[in-house]
Amino acid sequence: MSKEITKLRVPTVAEMIANNERPDILFWVGCAGSFDDRAKKISKAIVKILNYCNIKFAILGPEESCSGDPAKRAGNEFAFMMQAIQNIELLKGYEIQKIVTGCPHCFNTLKNEYPELGADFEVVHHTQLINQLIREGRLLLKGGGKFDGKKITFHDPCYLGRANDVYEAPREVLEKLDAELVEMKRSKAKGLCCGAGGAQMFKEAEKGSKEINIERTEDAIEVNADYIATGCPFCNTMMTDGIKHFEKEEKVKVLDIAELIANAADL
Amino acid sequence: MISQLLFFIVLVVGFGFFSFNISKIRKNISLGKPLDRSDKKAERIKTTLLVALGQKKMFQRIVPALLHLFIYVAFLFTSTELIEIIADGISGSHRFFLSKLGWVYVLLISTIEVLSALAFISTLYFLVRRNLLQVPRFKMSEMTGWPKLDGNIILYLEIVLLVCVFTMNGADEALFLQGKSHVAGSGSFGFLISSFTAPYFFNYFDVETLIVLERVGWWGHILVVFGFLNYLPYSKHFHIVMAFPNTYFSNLNSKGAFNNLSSVKEEVVKMFDPSFDPYATPAEGEQSVPDRFGAKDVEDLTWKSLMDAYTCTECGRCTSACPASQTGKLLSPRKIIMDTRDRLEEVGANKRINGPDFKDNKSLLGDYITEEEIWACTSCNACVQECPVSIDPLSIIIDLRRYLVMEESKVPSELAGMLTNIENNGAPWQFAQADRKNWVDE
Repeated sequence: MSKEITKLRVPTVAEMIANNERPDILFWVGCAGSFDDRAKKISKAIVKILNYCNIKFAILGPEESCSGDPAKRAGNEFAFMMQAIQNIELLKGYEIQKIVTGCPHCFNTLKNEYPELGADFEVVHHTQLINQLIREGRLLLKGGGKFDGKKITFHDPCYLGRANDVYEAPREVLEKLDAELVEMKRSKAKGLCCGAGGAQMFKEAEKGSKEINIERTEDAIEVNADYIATGCPFCNTMMTDGIKHFEKEEKVKVLDIAELIANAADL
Repeated sequence: MISQLLFFIVLVVGFGFFSFNISKIRKNISLGKPLDRSDKKAERIKTTLLVALGQKKMFQRIVPALLHLFIYVAFLFTSTELIEIIADGISGSHRFFLSKLGWVYVLLISTIEVLSALAFISTLYFLVRRNLLQVPRFKMSEMTGWPKLDGNIILYLEIVLLVCVFTMNGADEALFLQGKSHVAGSGSFGFLISSFTAPYFFNYFDVETLIVLERVGWWGHILVVFGFLNYLPYSKHFHIVMAFPNTYFSNLNSKGAFNNLSSVKEEVVKMFDPSFDPYATPAEGEQSVPDRFGAKDVEDLTWKSLMDAYTCTECGRCTSACPASQTGKLLSPRKIIMDTRDRLEEVGANKRINGPDFKDNKSLLGDYITEEEIWACTSCNACVQECPVSIDPLSIIIDLRRYLVMEESKVPSELAGMLTNIENNGAPWQFAQADRKNWVDE
C-alpha cells in the first residue's frame, strides 16, 4: 500500500536550475507518455525506477514539445523542422548532455535526426538505461516469484530494433525476471511491425484483408505468452487492442518493460 | 580463318552493344538528385565484400540461398573458362591452357563441371518453384506479364548454357578417347564429369557428328554468354552487376534516420531569425528554394534510389516481409522499385528521342504509384532489412509522401488533424502544452 502513496519526485529542468542544480539525465517523456492514459502509467513506472536508483533526472514538463517524428514520417518536413529546431535550441540552452526517452520514436529522432541540425547529446532508450542500472547493481529485482512459471514474449518496436539495432538490451532486462522468455516466430530483425509506425497511429489503415496488429497479436498468442512486453507506447496500444480483439485480456497482459521491472522490484 | 573472323565480330558486337546499354543506364541514374555517399570507404568495401560478394543476407533463407550460391559460383568459375574461349576463338587454338597448366587445368575444368551440374539442378528447381509451386511472392500482381517471362527466360538460357558446356566437353572427351580431338594424342582429359559421361552419351556418335557436336557446344556456349550479357541491361538479371555498386553506396547510418531536407531547414531557421529580412535580395550563390519538395517523378529522387531501381531482381523478399502487404494492403515495396525503374526507362528514352527538356505529362506518382500505396507504409524498415542487395524502398515512399504533403497538401484527413495539432500545441493530439506535466500527479 505504502508504495502507492509514495509521491513521485519529478522535477523540471527549470525548477532544478532555479535551485542551482543540473540534471545528470533528462527524461524525455514524449507526447504519448504525457497525454495517453495508458502510456502515462509507463512514464510513472520509468520515474519509479529512476527515483529508486536515485538518478538525478528532470523532465522538461510544459517546455517539452513533440519531437516531430510523426510529422516527418507523414512527409511534413516543415512541421518536423519547426519542432526539431525549437527543441534543439531549448536543450542546448539547458546544456543537456544525456537524454533517456520512454518512446523509441522520440529516441530515434533525437538520436539520429537531431545531430545534423545542431544537437549534441547522448540519447538512450529506457530499456537500455534499465539494463545498465541492473548491470551496475543499482536496481535489484527482489524476485518474489511474481512471474514464476509465466511466459513473457518481447515485441520488438521497429524504431528500436531494425531502425537502431537495439535487440539485446530489452531481452537482457527481461531475462532477469523469474519468467521464461519466449520468442515469437518473427522476432528481432524479422519482427513484425505492430502497425502504428510511420504516422499510422493517427489514421485508419488502408483497405486490406486484416489489421496489422491482429496479425502480430496472433504471433504472441501462438507462443502462449502470459505477458507481451513492449518498449513503445504505440506498440502497447496496438497489442492491447489486438488482445482485446481476441478477448484474451484475462489471459494475456500487455506491459511495458519499465512496468514489468518496477513491479518485480516492488516499486 | 572464317570462324576466327566470325568470333571476332561476335566479340566486338557483344561487348560494344553491352557498353552502349551501360552508358544509357549510367545516364539515367545520373538524372537523380545529388547525395553524398563518398565517405567511409573502408566500411563500404567491407559491406560490399560481405553483402554483395559474400551474399550474407541471402542466407536468411537457407535453401534458396544454397541453390542461388551454386548458380552464382558456377557463373564466376565459368567466367574464367571464358578467357580460354576467347583465346581459342581469336587464335584458332584448341584448349589453349591445357598444355600450359597441366593438372591445374584438369582441376579447374573439373570444378567448373561439378559446379555446372549443381547449377543445373538448382536451375531446374528454380523453374519448378517459379512455375509450379505456389510461392506467394512469385504470384503477385506485379509478377505477371514481362517480369514473369523475364524470370523464366533467364532460367531457360541458363539451361541452354549448361547443356552446351557438357556437350562441348563430352564430345571432346569422346573424340580424344579415339585420338580425334584437336588436342594432339589420345586418352582421357580426366575432367570429373565428362570423362564419366562421354562413354555413356557420346560413344554412339561417329567422329564427324562428334566434331559437329563439340563445335555446337563451343559456339552455343559463347553465343549464349554474349546473348546473356546483352540481355542483362533489359532484365532483372542485371542485379549480378548492380549488386556491387548498390551495396557499396548503401546507407551505412541507422535505418531509422531519415534525411533532413536542408532547403526546409534553411527556411525554418530564417523564420526563427528576428534579424532575417524576407525582402532582401538573396546573396550571390545562396541556394534558393528548390523546384520541388519531395518527389513526384523519378528525377526528384536521389541517384541512389534510381540505382536501387536497376539493382532489383524482383525476388520479393521485401514484399513478403512487409506488414502492409501481408495484411492485404495495396502496398508492395517490390512494385515501388519496379515502377521506379519502368518510369526511369520511359523518362530516359523520352530524353534520348525528344531532347532533354521533353515532358510527357506523366509522373511516377499518379501514373505508376498510387497514393493509397504510399499511405499504407508503416515505415517499419522490414523491406530495407530484407533486401539482399541493399535496396531502400522506404526512402522512395517517404520522398513521394513529402511531395504530396508539402506541394499538394494532400494528406489523409486524420493526419491533417495530427499535423495541425503538432503545429498548434506541440503534440499530435489536442492537449495543451502547459498540461504536459499533469500525469505526475494524476
